[in-house]
Amino acid sequence: MTVTADLARDVPFTIGGHTFQSRLFVGTGKYRSNEDMVRAIEASGAAVVTVAVRRVPLDRSRDDGILHHLDPKRFFLLANTAGCYTADDAIRYARLAREAGFNDFVKLEVIGDQETLLPDVAGLLEATRVLVREGFKVLAYTNEDLVTALRLEAAGAAAVMPLASPIGSGLGLLNPFSVRTIKHRLTVPVVVDAGVGTASDACLTMEQGVDGILMNTALAAARDPVAMAHAMRLAVEAGRAAFLAGRMPRREVAVPSSPLEGMLD
Amino acid sequence: MIEVVVNGERRTVPVDATLLDLLGSLQLDPRVVVVEHNRQIVRRPELERARLAPGDAVELVHFVGGG
Repeated sequence: MTVTADLARDVPFTIGGHTFQSRLFVGTGKYRSNEDMVRAIEASGAAVVTVAVRRVPLDRSRDDGILHHLDPKRFFLLANTAGCYTADDAIRYARLAREAGFNDFVKLEVIGDQETLLPDVAGLLEATRVLVREGFKVLAYTNEDLVTALRLEAAGAAAVMPLASPIGSGLGLLNPFSVRTIKHRLTVPVVVDAGVGTASDACLTMEQGVDGILMNTALAAARDPVAMAHAMRLAVEAGRAAFLAGRMPRREVAVPSSPLEGMLD
Repeated sequence: MIEVVVNGERRTVPVDATLLDLLGSLQLDPRVVVVEHNRQIVRRPELERARLAPGDAVELVHFVGGG
């Protein structure tokens, strides 16, 4: 008989009144082909997939509409405001995304710096307040700063999304302490967004106790995106299970695992 | 004919053309495109009533891959 840990004891993962079956969120950008993307998303087990809002190509030379490839009945489409550098732009993109008619969730990004893509937290707070008033469920992409995270929660964000490291960098979780502190202090869900590079990064991030992770480039830029998606699925589950299990205390000295009694003379 | 700006490109459309006419001429399915007309979102049922005027700015957007 196989004995498995009772992961069913885990609390359901809910954001803005919506319960999600996976703690792994994945992006849909930068894949080498749409076929790779679809297979990787399926292998990841993700329920939430992010999408961007862009102009339709009028010459119809490119068929880049994501809905040709992803069934919106199977996946929860979370629109982002990527590429927006002001609160006004992000609000405009969020409104357009909602008009597509799938849900009123938005992954709100207000970028403040082109080189690092770090967030403009003043613009982010302003846009969060406006969109919350308009009934949006705002998932706010932010840096790993506790005070900003608290302000976003107070502004009505449905979830706060601190970065592990800069978008697309693959540097992993640079500041576990800050992410852990944010999770400890906030009531709304904390979903780490951006910077995860490989499975150990995802596992370590989940071990901090956060509610979930969103990743894109780690899958899209892997040599084998489908295999990496599988690895990430396991890593997120492992990290979550380890967090729930409660790790042993760290000690600076060795403690033997075998009995001291019964040794031969 | 009148000139309007669609997704940043100048286009000519017949006088009195509606937004639905514009989508039709571009062979775009109104169910998968969100329309912004002079910075105002136009809901799908309104597309056949909203008429274009010279110099109007129209944005036609949809979902693409992103993170």
